[in-house]
Amino acid sequence: MTMREKIKEAAARYPDQRSAIMPALLIAQREHGHLPGQVLEEVADILGVERIWVYELATFYTLFHTEPVGMFHLQLCDNVSCMLCGAEDLLKHLETALAIRKGDTTPDGLFTLSSVECLGACEMAPVMQVGDDYHGALDVARIDALLDNLRATTERVASIEPSARPQGE
Amino acid sequence: MFEPVLLKNVAAPDSHLLSTYEAGGGYQALAKALREYTPDEVVNLVKQSNLRGRGGAGFPTGMKWSFVPKQVDKPKYLCCNADEGEPGTFKDRIIMERDPHQLIEGLAVSAYAIGAKTAYVYIRGEYVTAIRRLEQAIAEAHEKGYLGTGILGSNFDFAVHIHCGAGAYICGEETAMLESLEGKRAQPRLKPPFPAVAGLYASPTVINNVETLACVPHIVARGADWFRGIGPDKSPGPKLYCLSGQVRKPGLYELPMGIPLRELVEEHAGGALPGRKIKAVIPGGVSAPVIPEHGLDVRMDFDSLAAAGSMLGSAGVIVIDDSTCMVKVATRIIEFFHHESCGKCTPCREGLNWVVKVLRRVEGGDGAPGDLEQLEMLCKGIFGNTFCALGDGAAMGLRAALAHFRDEFVAHVEERRCPFH
Repeated sequence: MTMREKIKEAAARYPDQRSAIMPALLIAQREHGHLPGQVLEEVADILGVERIWVYELATFYTLFHTEPVGMFHLQLCDNVSCMLCGAEDLLKHLETALAIRKGDTTPDGLFTLSSVECLGACEMAPVMQVGDDYHGALDVARIDALLDNLRATTERVASIEPSARPQGE
Repeated sequence: MFEPVLLKNVAAPDSHLLSTYEAGGGYQALAKALREYTPDEVVNLVKQSNLRGRGGAGFPTGMKWSFVPKQVDKPKYLCCNADEGEPGTFKDRIIMERDPHQLIEGLAVSAYAIGAKTAYVYIRGEYVTAIRRLEQAIAEAHEKGYLGTGILGSNFDFAVHIHCGAGAYICGEETAMLESLEGKRAQPRLKPPFPAVAGLYASPTVINNVETLACVPHIVARGADWFRGIGPDKSPGPKLYCLSGQVRKPGLYELPMGIPLRELVEEHAGGALPGRKIKAVIPGGVSAPVIPEHGLDVRMDFDSLAAAGSMLGSAGVIVIDDSTCMVKVATRIIEFFHHESCGKCTPCREGLNWVVKVLRRVEGGDGAPGDLEQLEMLCKGIFGNTFCALGDGAAMGLRAALAHFRDEFVAHVEERRCPFH
């Protein structure tokens, strides 16, 4: 399905097209990685809604990114339960290991590092979301192993002919 | 020995599949409700059960349902608040990931009771696994005729849609959630009108939490008296407690409402980490005022915790030990509320910004004499003066930390450093 078709399908669940802006932005972000102005305008055109309605949502909700993010978005929870289990030290370790500060992206575009509010997985604190997946009970060794794993994944993908690469959803 | 109700299926392999749910008696309560009860009788049954909302406020569920007008021209809506964002809380995620049909059956019975044909489950966007499991479960339920038109041979039609949130704590506030569902910035609405009269698309709407809805099929299957027989009569039922922080066995525990907090933390969750002592416990997510160790004999139900100056909230129980600086905990909590303030009203938006600045300088050793009094003044300016409960929760939490652990705040100011570093 094209992005337009996916958005139209999501919009059918609501009696009002404005309700479909959030699901449409989530679909568009999966497609484009982030939400630059032209994508926001495209979403508004597909749904036939005011552009300002789309802009105001894209800039209100934390999960929408109007700026590019790295291939792997490392989102470390530093709310109370994770903080009590050592999240602060893990954040410092990630900043050192990636040689970037929280909020930044590595120059190769692989990693963006963010600290986020509670991910709702406090039973496995400290926890970090990478893409769709949660990684819990983290310590320095597990973080290092995870980073190695993610780097190895990109190297494997890079070695495959572009035409044979798996396509995103 | 308490027999699990809400978590009875979760340990089974493939607990999220319809076959597992049906094998444990799943969807028989829906069949019973459609066959034996009128919608009003289901509302009355839930009223008699004394079920109170598990999202945090503890409002009686049957009473909330009974506010929906009987005769209206507009469609009625059921919304499920699955935007679990209260720090320290993860119960709804586990229900949706491991037993999504329990929620779907709860939605169907509740929609039948209030006369809704459509439900929206507002689920946080981060919960990708839960979203996929729930999507799969909705498709399975449709195929077997538990959702759709003419459900189980009755004339009841019902559809469930998922609406993914995008990271805004304020959507836990039910009118902000409705704004978000309508495609607007999530900012709370002026009440009245209450959602039961004019909610989603200005239609009669009931908003219930995931765990609340999950209780409903069990009440239909086993009766109101059975439900009221578990825990205190005014605040009864099985309850999910989320244990996290500096405790030996963090995890989700299902136990009767009203068990002592001390028993929950020390016996079930194994108590403090080796070599440590418990200093304080936050009993209901970070909006709930902290309870110092000597207060742990309080019972975990809405009324007992309110009487003790705290609240059950979402039952996100966060354990804090003697290695932790309470000023730091308070600072992190207020930073969270400041980040999540929707910006609609001044006391919350500006007040919390100011509080964060003062707390950060106190925690960092740059506090000045008078800073603690200023924090108290700011709490007074926020509490009771905000549009919704977000600002109140922040102010109540800080007041409790200042009251119970004043010596730690004073030490930071006097020594001009954090004594824990």
